[in-house]
Amino acid sequence: MLSLHDVSVSYDGTPAVVDASLDLADGQVLAVLGPSGSGKSTLLRAIAGLEPVASGRVAWDGTDLRGVPTHRRGFALMFQDGQLFGHLTVARNVGYALRLRRTPDAAARVRELLALVGLEGYEHRLPATLSGGERQRVALARSLAVQPRLLLLDEPLSALDAGLRERLATELRDILRAAGTTALMVTHDQDEAFTVADRLAVMRDGRIVQQGDIAAVWRGPVDAETALFLGYARVLEGDPAHVLLRAAGRSPGDDAVAVRRSALVVADAGALSGTVVSARVTPEQIRLIVAVDGVGELDAVARLDAHPAPGDRVAIAVDASRTAAIPAGPVRPGG
Amino acid sequence: MRRSLALVGLAALPLAVLGVFFVLPVSGMLAEGLWVDGRFDPGAVAEVLTRPRTIRVVWFTVWSASAGTAVAVLLGVPAAHLLHRRTFPGRGALRAALLVPFVLPTVVVGVAFRELIGEAGPLGFLGFDGSAGAIVAGLAFFNVAVVIRAVGAAWESLDPRPAEAAAALGASPAQVFRTVTLPALRPAIVSAASVVFLFCATAFGVVLTLGGLRYSSVETEIYLLTTNLLDLQAAAALSIVQLLAITALLAITSRLRAVPDPTVARSTVRAPRPSRGDWPGLLATGLVVVLVGLPIAALVAGSLQVGDGWGLGNYRALTTEGSRQALLVPVTHALVTSLRVAVDATWMSLTLGVLVAIVVSRRSHSRTERRVRGLLDGLFMLPLGVSAVTLGFGFLITLDEPPLDLRDSALLVPIAQALVALPLVVRTLAPALGGIDDRQRQAAASLGAGPLRTFATVDLPVLWKPLLAGAGFAFAVSLGEFGATSFLARDENPTMPIVIFHLIGHPGAMNYGMALAASVVLATTTALVMLAVERLRVPSLGSF
Repeated sequence: MLSLHDVSVSYDGTPAVVDASLDLADGQVLAVLGPSGSGKSTLLRAIAGLEPVASGRVAWDGTDLRGVPTHRRGFALMFQDGQLFGHLTVARNVGYALRLRRTPDAAARVRELLALVGLEGYEHRLPATLSGGERQRVALARSLAVQPRLLLLDEPLSALDAGLRERLATELRDILRAAGTTALMVTHDQDEAFTVADRLAVMRDGRIVQQGDIAAVWRGPVDAETALFLGYARVLEGDPAHVLLRAAGRSPGDDAVAVRRSALVVADAGALSGTVVSARVTPEQIRLIVAVDGVGELDAVARLDAHPAPGDRVAIAVDASRTAAIPAGPVRPGG
Repeated sequence: MRRSLALVGLAALPLAVLGVFFVLPVSGMLAEGLWVDGRFDPGAVAEVLTRPRTIRVVWFTVWSASAGTAVAVLLGVPAAHLLHRRTFPGRGALRAALLVPFVLPTVVVGVAFRELIGEAGPLGFLGFDGSAGAIVAGLAFFNVAVVIRAVGAAWESLDPRPAEAAAALGASPAQVFRTVTLPALRPAIVSAASVVFLFCATAFGVVLTLGGLRYSSVETEIYLLTTNLLDLQAAAALSIVQLLAITALLAITSRLRAVPDPTVARSTVRAPRPSRGDWPGLLATGLVVVLVGLPIAALVAGSLQVGDGWGLGNYRALTTEGSRQALLVPVTHALVTSLRVAVDATWMSLTLGVLVAIVVSRRSHSRTERRVRGLLDGLFMLPLGVSAVTLGFGFLITLDEPPLDLRDSALLVPIAQALVALPLVVRTLAPALGGIDDRQRQAAASLGAGPLRTFATVDLPVLWKPLLAGAGFAFAVSLGEFGATSFLARDENPTMPIVIFHLIGHPGAMNYGMALAASVVLATTTALVMLAVERLRVPSLGSF
């Protein structure tokens, strides 16, 4: 079990990670989600032993890892761009750690791993001849070769194009489950995190602002900024929040409310009404900005067969499951 | 078609210069040996090669150059790690100081070592004077800077993540070095080692001043055969052997340098402070500092010694011709000559270097084009491998009759020196130009910039620093050039290295003191030029 207790890391005096604490039980997959520059990769490198920890402790099964060099930690690290050794073939890359340990029957294990990641027959290729997705699979197989007690994944899929990323994310989850690997993945992509991980930690400005079961974090962002980062379109408070919650059939309280774009749907029976400000057609739905009476401008969606135009009056229904109450706090724009 | 024409146009001037001032003299010199009395007679050359003395000379050249290279690499690689991957106060100054030996005039190095290990020197008790060990130390002294620079430049920008990936897979630091770092550095180490071997095998000034009568390398042997024994056939035979050996060496190293995947990820990394694990680097750097520092310290101390006391008498004497008419002109006059010649050699070699660098670094669009560029690249590297003595003597015997009667031209010396410096200049400029993404030029062109405008917008901003650095190298090479200049400089207009060589050859304490003082002056001038270059921080010298 990995546990971090108040870990801080700084670069030349500038703090990159501040008082990060988290626990990761064996067999679980944790995603550390954060915008770029939030310190999540630094945290990963600190766990791997590649960055010195300024204060706090990183421990495995209760043993402090301070002073344990990277190669003795038994953690495998998979980089964003794979970092395959360009001068070695695929088989030699995958078997690298096995050769270091003089594992007998390494060739069979390499074949097995390549099969696991769906690259049978690639043994003698050089990394330069592989596509981006293939390279990441080789990197994954290489990391899994010695059955690390913890697999660290640094944005493993973000160098790939969108379609491939989605498919590989699912495969990655299946492979990690099949191997029973404990893994910690950092990413800036919510979908990727949601697909691969069971637990989620959100990082911002070097601090872990929220962590827990992934669905729970999704349903209950801890503050407005986290909500916006997790893909909620707007955060409302005060009277607009009350109006919206009443329309959703909930009792209004002091909390602010975070609203996903898809929470507001144009429907004849809708409890709210407003004027369309702009409309944009996407392949799946029409995305609208609507000036809702008593609330202000909100994002909303309409079915493709509706044809709302700017200036039209529309009725809007609210889907309560796509909103989240968050403890009141200052709302900052952006996200 | 237009591309090929442009290629030919750019290459025309350098090719013409190389043809007249390199190929012609060198082949003239070789022909001298092969044609006896107008008759082609290669048998004489073969006879020369079977002489016991020739065999001894060739063997000495090979093993002393190998030993010098080995010492330079063994010290240079760990030192490169410390100086380029670790940070500590005074690192910049140390790096600059260790670069100086490479451009020190060979004659000065010889004098400095003699001052250190000679009978009266501080290390005289070792009995090193005139030994082969002294020559190897001198060769290493010179070339360790090349290894540090070339390997350091590659190491500095080496992406640390593959090494981290290996560590994360369980590789210990030593295993990481062997399996990941070394393969990535291999091209840099191999090319540094091969160029160092080249420099060692063709070293002239060092062997001539340190070897005395006991040891002779191919290069000094050519000199002795030409000037003292007038045995041109034997000299030509040795030149041919040298040329063939060096061509073979270049071919082998280009093969060795090839790696399965030549792309190396580049990045800049924050360098940490040295730690206990850096003891190989600390040790090697310490040894290099001793190797480089001691002879220079001995030289400076010697130059300040007048009789039994200390003083500036030797420096004051530089305005004289020395005792017993050792020289025809005062040393100060030679210094002015040296500087004037160096300015000429610099602009010549820069002009040629820029043209050659553009030609060899542009991306090729067809296989033929690539082959032509590769051929040109190799051709302009040749002066690196051909004995400067051969070149100088070739000048004398081929450029002495109309239409090319240049024997009395003041430009002869700078032209020869420019050619000697050319490979260095090209190797400073070409990587910078080659590193420019061609799409930058295409972008400029698509925005309406003509070829000149494109060059000014895209190439020039990248090029000006290497250009200044190349100027510095050319200047320093010219100041120190001895092999070719010793044939070409006229007695009433000698350069500094020639004067120093004359002074140590003439008896008299005053002459020797003057030689030391003149060496210090020349070394200081060269060092100042090199320090200015180092301030520019061009990671050059890295890609022979």
